[in-house]
Amino acid sequence: MDDSNPSPVRRLHLYETILLFAVPVLFVVYPFAVNDYYIDIGFYFGIYALLGLSLNIVLGEVGLFDLGHAGFYAIGAYTTAILNTKLGVPVIILIPVSALAAALFAYIVCSPIIHLRGDYLCVVTIGMGEIVRLALINNFLGLTGGPNGVYNIDFPSFGGSFVIDSSIEYYFLIWIIVGVSIVGLIRLQHSRIGRAWNCIREDEVAAGTTGIDVRYYKLLAFVLGAALAGVAGNIYASKLMAVSPESFTFWESCMMFCIILIGGMGSIPGVLIGAAFISLFPEIFRPFAMYRMLVFGVVMILMMMFRPGGAWPRRRGGADLPSLFSRMRKSHDG
Amino acid sequence: MRVAVEQIINGLTIGSFYALIALGYSMVYGILKLINFVHGDFFTLGSYLGYTILIFAAAFITAHFGLWGGIVCAMLVAALCLALTGLVVERIAYRPIYPAGRLPAVVSALGASIVLQNAIMVIWGPRYQAYPAPMIPNLHLLFFGINITLLQVVILVFSFVLMGILYYIIQKTLFGASVRAMALDRDTASLMGIDFNRVILFIFTLGPALGAVTGVMVGMYYRQISFTMGWNYGLKAFTATILGGIGNIPGAMFGGLLLGVLEMLGAAYISAAWKDVFVFIILILVLIFRPTGIFGETTAEKV
Repeated sequence: MDDSNPSPVRRLHLYETILLFAVPVLFVVYPFAVNDYYIDIGFYFGIYALLGLSLNIVLGEVGLFDLGHAGFYAIGAYTTAILNTKLGVPVIILIPVSALAAALFAYIVCSPIIHLRGDYLCVVTIGMGEIVRLALINNFLGLTGGPNGVYNIDFPSFGGSFVIDSSIEYYFLIWIIVGVSIVGLIRLQHSRIGRAWNCIREDEVAAGTTGIDVRYYKLLAFVLGAALAGVAGNIYASKLMAVSPESFTFWESCMMFCIILIGGMGSIPGVLIGAAFISLFPEIFRPFAMYRMLVFGVVMILMMMFRPGGAWPRRRGGADLPSLFSRMRKSHDG
Repeated sequence: MRVAVEQIINGLTIGSFYALIALGYSMVYGILKLINFVHGDFFTLGSYLGYTILIFAAAFITAHFGLWGGIVCAMLVAALCLALTGLVVERIAYRPIYPAGRLPAVVSALGASIVLQNAIMVIWGPRYQAYPAPMIPNLHLLFFGINITLLQVVILVFSFVLMGILYYIIQKTLFGASVRAMALDRDTASLMGIDFNRVILFIFTLGPALGAVTGVMVGMYYRQISFTMGWNYGLKAFTATILGGIGNIPGAMFGGLLLGVLEMLGAAYISAAWKDVFVFIILILVLIFRPTGIFGETTAEKV
């Protein structure tokens, strides 16, 4: 992290430094050590990580309750599916196009509702997500194919020479995108925008009085979050080669919500942990067969009981050990 | 005109389901500021319990108490069981998490919902279950050419009586005043000597019990129940709660009825496939122009 940054940057703990190097190495080595089935699980982990990162902007950074995020994901996936199958646009070009489509949709839909507070905003996003899903089921404009969806989507290819079509290539595609997003989002967290977002989350009125354009920054969060979800939709659509409305239900939105809260609001390592929990847990507990979702629910309750702040909560700058002690002393004195 | 009146009556029937479920959401939301995702599954569980009672005790109960005796018995047992379940869920999934704030409680609520839903699936199986037809009155009535069923009339009357009783308790009795005070400001209400635990006991027994009764009525009305139906009804009922103004009891009742009527009119005059879209668009429009719901107070949120 650069020294020119005015916000105090926390020193990394030893275990954090080790994790910072060990985790990427693990991600690179993993697909060479296991078979395709486990590589695919790793791929879906990546999709959920990207979705988690995208919702984290809205929910984690700005604290806006968004329970309709699957709607943006769907817009991305269907943009890819329709433009690819009807017009033959290459999937790789559709990555930015899907992001733009989802972002534009978010801008148009969220502009009139962005002033709503807390749970009223929450229910409007639920409604938005459901409207998108129902429009897809009802074969909107004759393009979305109804309940069956759209199929025969191409593989992404670079100039026709290098085609991404195997599990391992998809695994690297999604994780490279996740990696790039993480770097970008960490930069964003430490920028003016990130501080404005966090300020709005902590106290919206105070943020407004200090001259932060609350409406602008909230919309920006929705637009950026939707764009990332659109990218996730693109990759998901080309991996499955088909999209259908049942992948974009209210349930998906709830799972994304859980990723953030299980990991820790606004914490990027937290998002990865949350995404791992949501995507890997049902696989690990497959032997429990029909009881596995029961176990899943119980574990969700237990996690909130024992770590209500999430598995890896975001620590603010300056929260290293010495400053923590000084803060404790202050609170004792006061 | 005849179609319109029939659709409004159908809408009121469905709306009364939404309203009764919405009451449970609204009470919990008012006190704990928590979206109680489990509530939809309380409703499903009630519906399945009612189904089991009607299936297994049908002959016995009907022989002794008649057709309506069987139905009332199913509703009572389901309501009692759900009141207990509500308390247990509150104790296990919510109480340890209150101090951590409201967001962790949302995840915990989702977790509890998953547990309950899958427990229902494990116990009763993943397939649709059908309410026993001979146990359900099947009589069509004609009023001035308008065709309604006896069951609809009974459901409407019964729902309105239940809503009336709850309205009376919340708005007119001293205990209701304490519930409202707790919803307004928990700390101050506690300082005035209102027992938080008693209010919690009240909302987590009455809410699920109402949900269970609604579940049995939905089972009789549609004849078919599935273990995932709680999500759909829960979503609609929660929407109704917001439409009326969160935490506002009369608002939740009105919101539910309005939602049902809009849905049926949308289905009749616009398109059956797009009726839910129509409902959600109305919801969004209402919230754009009245950001705190139809009956919500217009004061700014606390700073």
